[in-house]
Amino acid sequence: MFASHLAMHIPDGFLSVPVSLFGWALAIGLIAIALGQTKKVLGERQVPLMGILAAFIFAAQMINFPVAGGTSGHLIGGMLAAILLGPWGAVLVMTSVVALQALLFQDGGLLVLGFNIFNMGIVSAFVGYGVYSLLGKVTGHSRAGNLFNAAVGAWMSVEAAAVAVTLQLVVSGTSPLSVAFPAMVGVHALIGFGEALITVGALAFIQQARPDLVGRPNQMAKRGAGWIAVGLIIALVIVGFSPLADPNPDGLERVAEDQGFIDTAQGPSYEILPDYTVPFIEDSALTTIAAGVIGVLIVAGVGYGVGRLNRRSNQQMEQV
Amino acid sequence: MAGAFQERYRPGDSRIHRLDPRIKTVTALFLILGVVLTPERAWPAYPLIWALLGSMAEISGIRAWRLGRMAALVLPFTLAAVALPFTMPGRTVFEILGLAASDTGLARLFAVVLKSWLSAQSALLLTTTTPFTDLLWALSSLRVPPTLVTILGFTYRYLYTLKEEAERLIRARDSRSGTLPGKKSGGSLCWRAQVAGAMIGNLFIRSYERSERVYLAMRARGYTGEMKGFSRPAPTLNVLLSGALPVLVLVLIEVMAVILWSS
Repeated sequence: MFASHLAMHIPDGFLSVPVSLFGWALAIGLIAIALGQTKKVLGERQVPLMGILAAFIFAAQMINFPVAGGTSGHLIGGMLAAILLGPWGAVLVMTSVVALQALLFQDGGLLVLGFNIFNMGIVSAFVGYGVYSLLGKVTGHSRAGNLFNAAVGAWMSVEAAAVAVTLQLVVSGTSPLSVAFPAMVGVHALIGFGEALITVGALAFIQQARPDLVGRPNQMAKRGAGWIAVGLIIALVIVGFSPLADPNPDGLERVAEDQGFIDTAQGPSYEILPDYTVPFIEDSALTTIAAGVIGVLIVAGVGYGVGRLNRRSNQQMEQV
Repeated sequence: MAGAFQERYRPGDSRIHRLDPRIKTVTALFLILGVVLTPERAWPAYPLIWALLGSMAEISGIRAWRLGRMAALVLPFTLAAVALPFTMPGRTVFEILGLAASDTGLARLFAVVLKSWLSAQSALLLTTTTPFTDLLWALSSLRVPPTLVTILGFTYRYLYTLKEEAERLIRARDSRSGTLPGKKSGGSLCWRAQVAGAMIGNLFIRSYERSERVYLAMRARGYTGEMKGFSRPAPTLNVLLSGALPVLVLVLIEVMAVILWSS
């Protein structure tokens, strides 16, 4: 959907430099794990499979369907890739898609590419996969059950990516939380609905034609994936509920600036805003931002922990 | 989406085209970094940066205004920041529909839009003057994991193949979707999405099977999981300097911005 393209690919300039660099750190760490995990399962098949399936996602995004009033929906792909390739495979495939969109077609910036990869590749793959496999434990892996879980997972994956984008914009001080959050979540509730429909359509077809390609997540590396999915969901829930606590946008913005996202140019304007320095507002708004930061830190911590565990288990395997 | 597959590279033989892709990539990144770090209200800095990028465009054989127009593709994202003037505290500049726009909010909005427009020009300069394969090679020599670079190369290699595969599917759908004027064509939204979904499932199976064929063909030719490429000589001092020149000019602009204009 055009709107999803617009809202998901952040251009340079919209994220502050520290936020952008943090995004790179997150993306690089998780991509490194994804490379190792898929290599372990696929061996030398990794390169052609991942490369061609990334091209597949690209081409699949071309296949659109009319929605209403001249708009059309199309696949984003994180959930579908995660079902078919496992979360780590999906991370690699979506990373290539997002990186190529930035490098080849200027969809999304270069300095912010880390977070674009994180949002559309990592968040959507892990949240989608997390929801899909959690629900799978309840419903079992019947065909109908898979389709239902894929629909819920697809919707969640789009919403989660949208929340992540919003958070980054808000922390960078380029979007007010009070407006951006409901707008992004609202728009992506619809886009996520389209994503769910189309993911189900694709999955139903593949289950019919090549059932061997679906529902064998064990074959694809998924170690550590559960932890990351859980971490992301916790982080996003925290972030998702935090703005409800504080309806005052000005206070939020004020604190976003106080947190260090201002520059010298901001100096004089403070003299005009004594009204806004109500300690009470500052406090509750501070918790909002803090919650966002904690959410992101949880993700970072989990990513780091998985990396450590992964390395250790590799060493053990070598010793054996 | 059709336009989204239009490659931006334009062949040429300018100084910028001939520059080592590693230097070009690093220069483009530094320019973007510099643009983003510009103090918000250093207004004179923005036209100067634009002049710098514009003159680089002219050297590479693209008209400066064309580059600016191409970079306008980032402007729709402004929507994400458009609420800023109404939510940031500050002196009220104007009111619209009972909402007061503050000076600080407007300044931030303009700065963000200008920065993203200028950054996009820097990225566009890189991609219009560098073949994608050179860009990939630059990435691998800049320590991007070689496996990831090879995967990116494969994606690029099969992008247009699978795009044509998708176009065949779309053509087939179009030819079975007749419409009569005045009559509603096709089924419900769910039905339409399901048709598109089935096409995507179809495309996935074709792509998956293609990847198996490609892998077997590579195996048959002795592929062992390592890609081999040509090595290139380290960039000479001359090349390094021509890459550093725009960065130095930008640093100069930034220094002036911080000292003179960011009061």
